[in-house]
Amino acid sequence: MRLGLILSEVGQGFRRNISMVISVILVTFISLTFVGAAILLQMQIGQMKGYWFDRAQVAVYLCTDFVDANGCALTEATTDQKRNIEQQLETEPLAGLINHWEFENHDQAYANYLEQFGEEASSFVEPEFLPETFWVSLKDPEQSAAIIERLTGEPGVEEVLDQRQLLQPIFDALAAASYTAIGIAVLMLVAAVLLIATTIRLSAFSRRREIGIMRLVGASNRFIQTPFILEGVLAALIGAVLSGGAVVAIVHFFVQGYLNAVPGTTPYVDLGDALLVVPILLAIGAVLAAISAAVAIRRYLRV
Amino acid sequence: MILFDQVTKTYKGNNRPALGDVSLEILRGEFVFLVGASGSGKSSFLRLVLKEENPTRGTIHVLGQNLGRLPARKVPYFRRNLGVVFQDFRLLPQKTVFDNVAFTLQVIGKSKGFIHEAVPDVLKMVGLAGKAARFPHELSGGEQQRVAIARAIVNKPAILLADEPTGNLDPATSAGIMALLERINLGGTTILMATHDAGIVDKMKRRVIELSGGRIMRDERQGGYLTQTIEIQHQQVRDAPDDRTVPRIQSHLVQPTQRPEESE
Repeated sequence: MRLGLILSEVGQGFRRNISMVISVILVTFISLTFVGAAILLQMQIGQMKGYWFDRAQVAVYLCTDFVDANGCALTEATTDQKRNIEQQLETEPLAGLINHWEFENHDQAYANYLEQFGEEASSFVEPEFLPETFWVSLKDPEQSAAIIERLTGEPGVEEVLDQRQLLQPIFDALAAASYTAIGIAVLMLVAAVLLIATTIRLSAFSRRREIGIMRLVGASNRFIQTPFILEGVLAALIGAVLSGGAVVAIVHFFVQGYLNAVPGTTPYVDLGDALLVVPILLAIGAVLAAISAAVAIRRYLRV
Repeated sequence: MILFDQVTKTYKGNNRPALGDVSLEILRGEFVFLVGASGSGKSSFLRLVLKEENPTRGTIHVLGQNLGRLPARKVPYFRRNLGVVFQDFRLLPQKTVFDNVAFTLQVIGKSKGFIHEAVPDVLKMVGLAGKAARFPHELSGGEQQRVAIARAIVNKPAILLADEPTGNLDPATSAGIMALLERINLGGTTILMATHDAGIVDKMKRRVIELSGGRIMRDERQGGYLTQTIEIQHQQVRDAPDDRTVPRIQSHLVQPTQRPEESE
């Protein structure tokens, strides 16, 4: 009985200010889509970091006959110098940080180069041009500073490079994009919250006779406010469902269908991630709507 | 039943209290008229009984509850014991007579079965047995007020508050409403009625509480609308700035708004 009564009140409220309800739906839809995009961007960053940081190593490039910088003086690193580096990698304090390391000589470097860039681009590259390298995998990628500090300037070492540094600009760009999305989302959410509050006030105003009588005859506050809160929550939920659909569509058609069509090694967010975002959007929409509607209706409940 | 102990109510931005130091007690089953000019504090009094307002000073007990100590979330449950009727009826225009009365019971969570038993009963009692399916605009003013009364008493409240229930009705219709209220009172419901209608008050010979400027001027059993005993007059009016005794005595049959000190 009471549930039916409450639901019929909600239906009446919807019909009475349909235009406001539609605007609530649209604003929540757009703002939550931005929220979803921001979350997906963060997921993308996390995924790329995980992917690349697992593979990113610290490269200890050795001197070749063609490098004059960093104390190399156009001389190939000698066997003694290499042995010195090896020894450093095998003993404390560095050994404790290192998962494993391997040595790459000129020919292996050349083979990798060919594989990466193809015959054509490699026509003027000789194996001797490519430095011999110690590839070091760290137990904790954050610890690269220690090894860089230790080995930079050792005789025969041209450069010690943490590969993660090369990726940093990409992550910075993605982070900037996601912060922008979050900023827009927050602004839109503020608009959505205010719009929901206004809609509920209007709805309550058009039903002020009923509310007055309900209060007079002793309907509990919970009973009076429930239809209004449900009205706001329902409108926001419709918007949230639409935004969930939009997020899934973006991932399905744009990320999977367009970005992923270009072969590459970069992993992209997939539908599983998008479906994970949908319940978050629904929850955000419902909670924000409930809070703003409850605050908006409170004025009519003051005893 | 209703106990006011030195109650003062001051509204913001107005130094003169709407009610000043009012103490009185209304017992179970009484029928009390609250009379006085507009702005004399009648409505404030009723609002305080309903706990729509809180007193600035003093304590109010209604139905054994200290209203000052009643938490806000319990106010709705407290109000279920009170019925209220207004001058302007306050019916819901898009609901039928039956639904208007049933609405009261629906919103406090009564079962469908109870509603379908109680509403026809109370409509019969107020004399609207055949009009359950009508809409308010199809009814006369007197009938609309009967619907409002039915709505107020359908939950069998211990107290019925009536704020000028006959204010919009002609004398004959008013008499019918008063007969109905009297019947409700005989059933044991305490009735507190604010009114301007001198004829009704004089005819009913019930307890009369007269308010003026927020103070009790008179509290008389079986009183009339205007004071008839000169001793009380002198006693009550002594501290008033102007001498009201003379116009009062003369104005036996004159409408209150024509009294010089109260016409604004």
